[in-house]
Amino acid sequence: MNVKPKLSSILFAAAITVYVLNVLGILLTVILNSASKGWYSGLLPQIITGEWYRYVAADHDIKNLMLVTFTVSFADVIISLLISFPAAYTLARKEFRGKGLLLSLFLLPMIVPPMAYGIPLAMLCYKFHLAARIIGVILVNLVPIVPFMILVLMPFIEQVGTNLESAAVMLGAKRLTIFRKILIPLTVPGILTAGILSIVKTISMFDLTYLVAGGKSQTIVVALYADAYAAGARPPQAVDALAVIYFLTAMTCLVVALRFVSPTQMVFKLK
Amino acid sequence: MILLVPAIIFLVLLFLYPFAYGLYLSLTNAKGDGTFANYLRFFADPRDFRTIWTTLWIAVPITFINVGLAIPFAYYMRRGLRGEKLVTFFLIVPITLGTVLISEGMLSYMGPKGWLNQFLMAVGLVKDPVRFTHNYLGVVISLGLSGFPYAFLMLLGYISGINPDLEKASQMLGASKLQTFWKILFPLMVPGIAISFCLNFVMAFSVFPSAVLLGQPSGPTRVMAIAAYQWAFEKFNFNAASAISMVMAAIELIVITLVLVWRGRMYKGASIVGKG
Repeated sequence: MNVKPKLSSILFAAAITVYVLNVLGILLTVILNSASKGWYSGLLPQIITGEWYRYVAADHDIKNLMLVTFTVSFADVIISLLISFPAAYTLARKEFRGKGLLLSLFLLPMIVPPMAYGIPLAMLCYKFHLAARIIGVILVNLVPIVPFMILVLMPFIEQVGTNLESAAVMLGAKRLTIFRKILIPLTVPGILTAGILSIVKTISMFDLTYLVAGGKSQTIVVALYADAYAAGARPPQAVDALAVIYFLTAMTCLVVALRFVSPTQMVFKLK
Repeated sequence: MILLVPAIIFLVLLFLYPFAYGLYLSLTNAKGDGTFANYLRFFADPRDFRTIWTTLWIAVPITFINVGLAIPFAYYMRRGLRGEKLVTFFLIVPITLGTVLISEGMLSYMGPKGWLNQFLMAVGLVKDPVRFTHNYLGVVISLGLSGFPYAFLMLLGYISGINPDLEKASQMLGASKLQTFWKILFPLMVPGIAISFCLNFVMAFSVFPSAVLLGQPSGPTRVMAIAAYQWAFEKFNFNAASAISMVMAAIELIVITLVLVWRGRMYKGASIVGKG
């Protein structure tokens, strides 16, 4: 650290460049490979073709994959908002015994990785005949999203002063009216942030979805994994073509998300 | 209070109950009789027992690397810099895309004829293509690509929250930059480092898709998650699978406890330094 600042900035720039180039390299390889024929060596593919996309379209029900992916994401956002908003409100406003314990219990599903609780959870889904159905996929995806939303929403609710609420109570407003007329309008930025981030997270949620999804209830990322896993079953370019479809879906949502939120909000934060 | 009810129902039904159910399954046999056989079997079966070391051997080094690299980088970027948005964008991309896409892409990009090997051979760093995929290295690289940005962005959020006056005061009192870092910033970053270490470790320890796609899932990268998955969905022995899940959770808990103990010690150290 006590070397000349110049050296440190060169090191920083070099390391970031190496990182970025590798990420770009991975993505570009996938994109180019999905549109090429016989690219086994050399810097760039010789023949550009759209045939792998036609192959994927014939191989998979892309429409259904998209439909499932977005149904699951949007259903999860709406359900978890309904659960998280009131909870975040209570946790942000009220002091009560056991609040700390409750808060850490809510954080637990974010810290424990899906693979550790996902297997028993998936077994329960099979037991109650929820697995291999969209409803099951929606349910299991709630597990990481609800705590995440509570955590994102809490600071936004804390920012809204209590004065407005007190005034509303004095004027005889009911709790539901307070929510509808005061809290929700004033926390729209928080709701947007939490909602968009949750959609991005659900689209890329692999582990839990994989454990409960069946053929018709797969999301894109699960279909991509299944294709990549059965590597011999279809040409690698076709797998890459599906990867590009997934990439475009996830990236579109990310770019939309970044218009509203900063990247640091996308990782777990603890005050 | 009543507003908490939906969230508590959610927590109990979808998280605590499955966990308890997993614990129950792990302690019973297929008929539902209580037994330790699932755990005994796991620890007695060398192929399964070995997965603990396999997983630790993947997760521990890459967690140290990710967090160790993230600290200087977050330190360097603590007051922001030009192009920060672009840099953070590229860091967030692998997190958003997830390990499946990254692993899939790495297979071609880092394969024997991929761009990376073409480049390394063109500049003369290596003579023969390096094997980056279908081995231990591939899994570790994929965990680095997705884990480093996670640790970095977390620590960045943490370090930029430290009052810059502390740093100025330390420098005014004649401390070098290195002293300022070790005695002021680092101790204040300890809680952030601890939590990002825990999360990074837990993510790496439960690695699944990249260990299958990029590693050798039958041998050197047969991690615990693969073993649990195989017992559950290939052999349909939910009791044995649950036992592995529980062992996984227990190991993660042990590591988290160790990290928190370390944090407690560092914090004491920090206050002593503060008095001196």
